[in-house]
Amino acid sequence: MSQAQQTGSAKVRGGGTVLGYAEGRPRIALAGNPNCGKTTAFNAWTGARQHVGNYPGVTVERKEGVAHARGQAVHLVDLPGTYSLTAYSMEEVVVRRELTENAPLAVIDMADASALERNLYLTVQLLEMGQPLVLALNMMDEARKAGYQIDTARLSRALASPVVETVARSGEGLDAALSAALEIGHSESARKGLRISYGSDLDPVLGSMERQITEAGIWKGAAPVRWFAVKLLEGDAEAWSQLQAADSRLEAVLRAEYNTVAAHIRSTTGTSPEAVISDYRYGFIRGMLKDGVITHVGNRDRLALSDKLDKVLVNPLLGPIIMLAVLYLVFQVTFVIGAYPQGWVEEFFGWLGEISTAVLPEGLVQSLVVDGLIAGLGGILSFVPLVLILFAFVAFLEDTGYMARMAYMVDRIFRAFGLHGNSMMAYITAGGIAGGCAIPGAMATRTLRSPKEKLATLLTLPYMPCGAKLPVFLLLAGVFFPGSEATVMMCMLLAGWVSALIIARLLRSTIIRGESTPFVMELPPYRLPTLRAIGIHCWERAWMYIRKAGTVLLAASILIWAAMTFPQLDEQAAAPYEAAIAAAEEKLEALPSDASEEMRAAAQSEVDQARQNLAEAELQNTVGGRLGMALEPLTSPAGFNWRTNVGLVSGIAAKEALVSTLGTAYSLGEVDPEDAGSLAETLASQPDWSRANALSLMLFVLLYSPCFVALVVIKNEAGGWRWLVFSLVFNTLLAYGVAVVAYHVGLSVWG
Amino acid sequence: MAEGKSIGLREMKEGQKGRILRIGADGELGRRIRDMGLIPGVEVEVVGHAPLRDPVALRLSGVTLALRNREADYISVEVKA
Repeated sequence: MSQAQQTGSAKVRGGGTVLGYAEGRPRIALAGNPNCGKTTAFNAWTGARQHVGNYPGVTVERKEGVAHARGQAVHLVDLPGTYSLTAYSMEEVVVRRELTENAPLAVIDMADASALERNLYLTVQLLEMGQPLVLALNMMDEARKAGYQIDTARLSRALASPVVETVARSGEGLDAALSAALEIGHSESARKGLRISYGSDLDPVLGSMERQITEAGIWKGAAPVRWFAVKLLEGDAEAWSQLQAADSRLEAVLRAEYNTVAAHIRSTTGTSPEAVISDYRYGFIRGMLKDGVITHVGNRDRLALSDKLDKVLVNPLLGPIIMLAVLYLVFQVTFVIGAYPQGWVEEFFGWLGEISTAVLPEGLVQSLVVDGLIAGLGGILSFVPLVLILFAFVAFLEDTGYMARMAYMVDRIFRAFGLHGNSMMAYITAGGIAGGCAIPGAMATRTLRSPKEKLATLLTLPYMPCGAKLPVFLLLAGVFFPGSEATVMMCMLLAGWVSALIIARLLRSTIIRGESTPFVMELPPYRLPTLRAIGIHCWERAWMYIRKAGTVLLAASILIWAAMTFPQLDEQAAAPYEAAIAAAEEKLEALPSDASEEMRAAAQSEVDQARQNLAEAELQNTVGGRLGMALEPLTSPAGFNWRTNVGLVSGIAAKEALVSTLGTAYSLGEVDPEDAGSLAETLASQPDWSRANALSLMLFVLLYSPCFVALVVIKNEAGGWRWLVFSLVFNTLLAYGVAVVAYHVGLSVWG
Repeated sequence: MAEGKSIGLREMKEGQKGRILRIGADGELGRRIRDMGLIPGVEVEVVGHAPLRDPVALRLSGVTLALRNREADYISVEVKA
């Protein structure tokens, strides 16, 4: 992200950037609970003009885009979905920072109109922060259908903020909400902040704290001092440490006041100041919603359909069966349908390779372009169709609300392994229904609050069959287990899960022992997602994959090509091979014109053999070849030859690179590049490749060191280089052990 | 409901309704529970259990929540006697 985009600034800057503006455009933030339709609205507002990045220093996704209202461009920031503004999760911390430090012109707060009471809990906190706010009552169509009527005029008066009814799916009310936000953003009175009474115990303390902080002049945030005082009374760790840093003497004074009132509340009501604040906030909301602001006509329950579906989908007996069936179906469809576009992409790159071979003069440049670039890129891009289809399913499962049910059903199991139902999300993103990626998976562990469960999830999610491992599995399954590809993939998936869970349990009872975290989570009503939402989600993921392919992987392809080309065999060493080829060719030419077909074929194969010997010698002489050879004694118990070794080393750069390296390795060894054939055919014809080798290699690839990028993300999330080293070394050793066992079992079963 | 009796949330049966009396949890768990709308005075109904009887699914004012039995133990409810 560029500096200019980050500085959607809170202060007046030299260049004339004004509060609430970014690049000269008014800056509007979009807040709301998870599952309130916020993302749908954001997509509708901004269309394809989105920028997805990360918040500085953390890995919570940051989405920005440009929308238009009143003939003016508006800079929209989609904040992560949160229920509250405590510092419970990384998302909440991010929202708070964005609002206090980067102060937008106004906030559009999206609320699920059918669950207003709970949604308003966030609204009230935003108002206390002094955010000029527009309340968007979203999914009004659902609410109306369920018989809810909301008196928006009265609600608007109670909140002293505009209230707009919206239906994000159809776009109803979205323009109005944005216009209202632009208008309220210029109202000074909206920034004063809502003041709620917190009762006779807390109000005096709040007043005293507010006065002392104001007198000390230490509060520099955009939010009112009152808000900061409320945060202190809530026992908010971030607020207290901010105070400690600004004025440690005042912190001691206020801490004493806090302790006194907390002791009083504990002795009289048995709760905490925080609980009292929450009660009064909900009380304020209920007071607001009384007297006909909401009327419920009839007896219809909007969750009736969801309840009926849940009777089946999370049924103790049927639920798990359906879940497995859904996962299996996702595979079958992905691979059956995906095979067609995948074939087209492969054909295109094959054609491109032929053209380049014909156009470019023979030599190093031709070799670089055909064997390095085109073969490498083609191998990577041919999996884009699969990635697209798979992510469409993932997006569908997420957006329908089924993903949350899966977490609900499996939490008990996950807990047994020292994990959390939410670990499911991270595992699934990392490839738990195959085709994910350990990088967003590792980022998804941020929703796990307990550092221990998070760490255990983080360290074991790389065992999942991520999208980059799929090409390897697909290739090997196609060659050595034809007809049962789907079964092989399913087995790999199960192997990934079993390894992850067992290792997690092991970690949680050894190096990361400790208590588990709360699991309170929402089971959102089932909804049919829009095609557009799935399309955008798919495109984001696929684009991430393509970008990675275009940069890291392309560079890896070239590097690997170089490692497998240089140093070249010197003339002296090559001479005996050249002589053998020349001799064989002479023999072929010397055959009398009436020689039989057999004789001709035998002579030809002698020539081919001689050429292959040269190619082999050339390859063995390169950096890559030497490394692979050096490792061969170590890896032969697992059934890996030196070519596989080179591929595995390059696979640490990126797992897909294994396929392109094997391709490069075997096609460089070929005599005639125009007759290279596909890697699959090549492998099938190799005498030292059997089912046992394939099985061993697949398991090794599943379990060994995560790729470079994933390693770096793991290091950032886990907070230390030692976890990077752990992932690299431990996983590779584990993979080696499993592969050796699998190879020998395979040999004894298949011979 | 004046004649109701107080029980732990875990003891509630599927389909049973009650009113939350007290949240005994503090700190992070207490905060999480309150943020999700589980506060004294709220009507809840147990709508189901996960296949392994844990977690439990609750219905309150238009929302379905899931929480573990161990967390439900911190919540006491008043049910009709």
